[in-house]
Amino acid sequence: MKFTLSWLKDHLETTATVDEIVENLTDLGLEVEGVEDPAARLAPFTIARIQSAEQHPDADRLRVCMVETDEGMKQIVCGAPNARAGITVVLAKPGDYVPGIDTTLAVGKIRGVESHGMMASERELELSDEHGGIIELPSGSVGQKFTAWLAANDPAKVDPVIEIAITPNRQDALGIRGIARDLAARGLGRLKAHDPLPVAGRFPCPVTVSIDADTLDVAPHFAGRVIRGVKNGPSPRWLQDRLRAIGLRPISALVDVTNYFTYDMNRPLHVFDVDKMHGGLRVHRATGDETLLALDGKTYALRAGHTLISDAHGPESLAGIMGGEDTGCTEDTVTVFLESAWWDPVHTALTGRDLKIHSDARYRFERGVDPDYTLPGLEAATRMILDLCGGEPSDVVEAGTAPKTARSYSLDTRRVISLVGMDIPKAEQARILTSLGFSATGAGDTLEVWVPSWRRDVQGEADLVEEVARISSLTKLEPKPLPRATAGVPKPVLTPMQLRERMGRRTAAALGYNECVTYSFIDRAAAQLFGGGGDEVMLENPISADLSHMRPDLLPGLLRAASRNQARGMTDLALFEMGHVFHGGEPGQQHLQIAGLLVGHTGPRDPYGTRRAVDVYDIKADAEAVLAAMGAPAKVQILRGAPGWWHPGRHGVICLGPQKRLGIFGELHPKVLKAMDVKGPAMAFTLMPGDIPLPKTASASRGAVEMAGFQAVDRDFAFVVDAEVEAALLVNAAAGADKALIADVRVFDEFIGGSLGEGKKSIALSVRLQPRDRTLTEDDIETVAAKIVDKVQKASGGLLRG
Amino acid sequence: MDGLEQLKSDWLSRIGAAQDEATLEDLRVAAIGKKGDISLRMRDLGAMSPQERQIAGPALNALKDEVTTAIAAKKAALGDAALDERLRAEWLDVTLPARHRRNGTIHPVSQVTEEVTAIFADMGFAVAEGPQIETDWHNFDALNIPGHHPARAEMDTFYTHRAPGDDRPPHVLRTHTSPVQIRYMEAHGAPTRVIAPGRVYRADYDQTHTPMFHQVEGLAIDRDISMANLKWVLEAFFSAYFGRTVKTRFRASHFPFTEPSAEVDIQCSWEGGTVKVGEGNDWLEVLGSGMVHPKVLQAGGIDPTQWQGFAFGMGIDRIAMLKYGIPDLRAFFDSDLRWLRHYGFSALQMPSVHAGV
Repeated sequence: MKFTLSWLKDHLETTATVDEIVENLTDLGLEVEGVEDPAARLAPFTIARIQSAEQHPDADRLRVCMVETDEGMKQIVCGAPNARAGITVVLAKPGDYVPGIDTTLAVGKIRGVESHGMMASERELELSDEHGGIIELPSGSVGQKFTAWLAANDPAKVDPVIEIAITPNRQDALGIRGIARDLAARGLGRLKAHDPLPVAGRFPCPVTVSIDADTLDVAPHFAGRVIRGVKNGPSPRWLQDRLRAIGLRPISALVDVTNYFTYDMNRPLHVFDVDKMHGGLRVHRATGDETLLALDGKTYALRAGHTLISDAHGPESLAGIMGGEDTGCTEDTVTVFLESAWWDPVHTALTGRDLKIHSDARYRFERGVDPDYTLPGLEAATRMILDLCGGEPSDVVEAGTAPKTARSYSLDTRRVISLVGMDIPKAEQARILTSLGFSATGAGDTLEVWVPSWRRDVQGEADLVEEVARISSLTKLEPKPLPRATAGVPKPVLTPMQLRERMGRRTAAALGYNECVTYSFIDRAAAQLFGGGGDEVMLENPISADLSHMRPDLLPGLLRAASRNQARGMTDLALFEMGHVFHGGEPGQQHLQIAGLLVGHTGPRDPYGTRRAVDVYDIKADAEAVLAAMGAPAKVQILRGAPGWWHPGRHGVICLGPQKRLGIFGELHPKVLKAMDVKGPAMAFTLMPGDIPLPKTASASRGAVEMAGFQAVDRDFAFVVDAEVEAALLVNAAAGADKALIADVRVFDEFIGGSLGEGKKSIALSVRLQPRDRTLTEDDIETVAAKIVDKVQKASGGLLRG
Repeated sequence: MDGLEQLKSDWLSRIGAAQDEATLEDLRVAAIGKKGDISLRMRDLGAMSPQERQIAGPALNALKDEVTTAIAAKKAALGDAALDERLRAEWLDVTLPARHRRNGTIHPVSQVTEEVTAIFADMGFAVAEGPQIETDWHNFDALNIPGHHPARAEMDTFYTHRAPGDDRPPHVLRTHTSPVQIRYMEAHGAPTRVIAPGRVYRADYDQTHTPMFHQVEGLAIDRDISMANLKWVLEAFFSAYFGRTVKTRFRASHFPFTEPSAEVDIQCSWEGGTVKVGEGNDWLEVLGSGMVHPKVLQAGGIDPTQWQGFAFGMGIDRIAMLKYGIPDLRAFFDSDLRWLRHYGFSALQMPSVHAGV
């Protein structure tokens, strides 16, 4: 919303400076987005008079002028064709910044002749595009400030333009009067009276108006009058200047008047050319068959229920949104019907949204126009049309009545103080409300507050508190410490799950993974590759087809990230993300996941030959470390049966029992990598922090450590088994041979094929025996070893390797 | 005992001339081994008269000691020389690169979320989370934004698909973290202090907007919490977060879910084209806040005649950009390794109030 200072001063009697006004507007909640003050850039320039103008000795087109200035006579070289003795000019002196040529002047020599400044054209001062010559003023005295001359003779040229943002609740500030009212309440001046007197009709209104019974709920009040014999044409300069200053294009006097009231009083109006109308106007709901060519030149197909203004010929105007082209006013209009009506905000908003029309009228009606100003607005606009276009007004015709808005709320003035935390006395609260147009009276601590008709947003006590607070100034609010909820050292606040999330994330980073944050939505094809992509997680209005479905898994996002990095030449990647994935479209159908992705090599080439391609056992180590950091038990099972995006033979499902899955690690399926445009192979893990059981005890105590005093003994075994037999089977069998004595079983070698023959492999185990009460004898060791061999052979079907 | 002097000088010179440990060992055996020269002479002592023995014994012993010492010294010298030689041979070019070790990083969004959490935890705020797919009731109605409210249209909301026949209003991707207020109030009642960081979504993409970003919501409800308390809390937060005193400016504004409402600016300077927080005379808008609207308290099951409090919401990505000088929001979600390494944080750099955030 833009307005000029002089326009504001139509409503506000004030001596405040632009800076003061701007500062207060922002503080009041009418945030200033920009100020354009032409006076600021014109401030240095003064008025001067050319005493003489002689031909430059070395240049045909230049003249050497002697100029009378406030600092005495100065010599100035000028190239303007109109530079001549006797004219009054605008002078820029050395040191002045000239905006139109973006230059700070200095004393110069032009073709050998010294020049002490310049005489400016309108374009050089950014007053207009005029550059045919220097400015010739019809009046003004030497040394007078040019801005002072403009203020007296052409005020629009130095009228500051202020642009503010309007929050949705401040429909009243969509009129300049509303802005003035706020500033007056703040103490920046006095709100001038505005009480338009009715204009007596000279004849009965020839246009009848009616509202259908089923439409009264959304169109309760429709009024207007005919003015005949008007002479439409360009509106006067002052009106055009004002409209242009706030970014509107002047059209014709009649239309300009309606735009003027839209911005001046937040009172949109409409003018019909009566000679193009057929019969009276009827306000009614659309049946859904109508179309209307609107003033923006587009044809709109109406839906059943939209509100229309029609004559005998059909639809002529979209109520509260836009008039129709057929009955629009032109330069030739001589008989006009001036409409002032009140349209329901919600209904107007829905219609506007349906038709995708953005207009000043819709913007205002959907926020709420003052219902009690329908008739006064009509009268004031009539007066202005008569002033500008002449003509003869009819009586006012009216259908329906203004909706009743009178309401009052009790305001507990102590509560205002308690909520805001500022000591605002009751009398001041009452003054603020009164100056905003409320009436506020009452004994004790309570005020009974009646809401003015233009403040539709005020719907309860809380809104009144806000009015008092913002006029009192939140900038001035003094901070007050918020006492701790409990004394002493603050208690920890994170839940076990939140701690787990943090530990998982930081462990992954500690393992060398770079954390990514990728979008929660991906394309359908990618989602489908990872078990998602259903309609229940589809967005109705995605920002692009790439971001259409909520992610079922973190891996597609990480793979896309890997693909982008590969394209940029970064091929050794360790990426992870921790975030929510979606298994359904209902609130809560999301769960936390942490996923890691390894692609490429363990590192760059080096002289030591340590570089190798990443493999399943790298990712397994990382998955185990992250799981452990998140509190997973050390004993887990590694099973098969992961979903199809994993390599069928190279993955493990990390389980606590067959039903309790904590995560998956392994190599990703080459087809999936190809679809995601990632050069593989790629190793990954996905873990489900929420599925890790919480510890049963909250105690910090660790229990006693066991450190046996007797020498441990290591014994190695190698077994030949079928190639498909899993090492875990052997390890578990060996460990089960003597649970008390065997502290650890580790696989330290695997050898496949070769001399063992096709389909066979050798697994070598190192078993640590840890006695607790005595040193082991050779016999003890032999006994256990025999048991281990026996158990492993039975379990695996293999043989001890000789 | 003749020739002992000669013997001594003989042995000492042979020991001194030994070039390696093997030669030295041979000399030891030859001199003081069981059948060594000196040992044999000592054996002869038994055949001597006591007078002779009294002279010869100590002399021979002294000779043996001297030879033993000389051998030990020579052995040490030979050992040192051999070690020196080996170490000379073991020279390595230590300017060769170290073995590679991957360095992981924490994303700025995670880091800043933890920083914010640490500061508010110190002021007694717990951390809550909520669903990202929300009912339109939680995202809008409960926050006093009815269906026709202009604010609703301005939110650029993402809606989820509704199956034919499912006549419920479509769910939304939460446009702000504010619905967590409602869920937390429903679950915990009053008094309460909580923050809710998380992902939010708006259908907007340009230089400064991404369709997903991060917010943190704050909520404090008690008997007499005021807007002045809110101002103090935010100033305390910003000063702790930026590590210097940061002034705030409250401007009246409007949000459907708070009343009174304020936009909050922080003090900054734009000198040299970069923003510096906590100095200068300019203001930068960073969050929206206010006193929780009575209707919102009611929606959360809290009696607004008994309880009052404040709420605020600010952009995590935005304050991360401000603090760490990150220029482009869109790059947050692009996962460019160079960006992740440059703007990421060490795994061990865990924010805490005592160590600084």
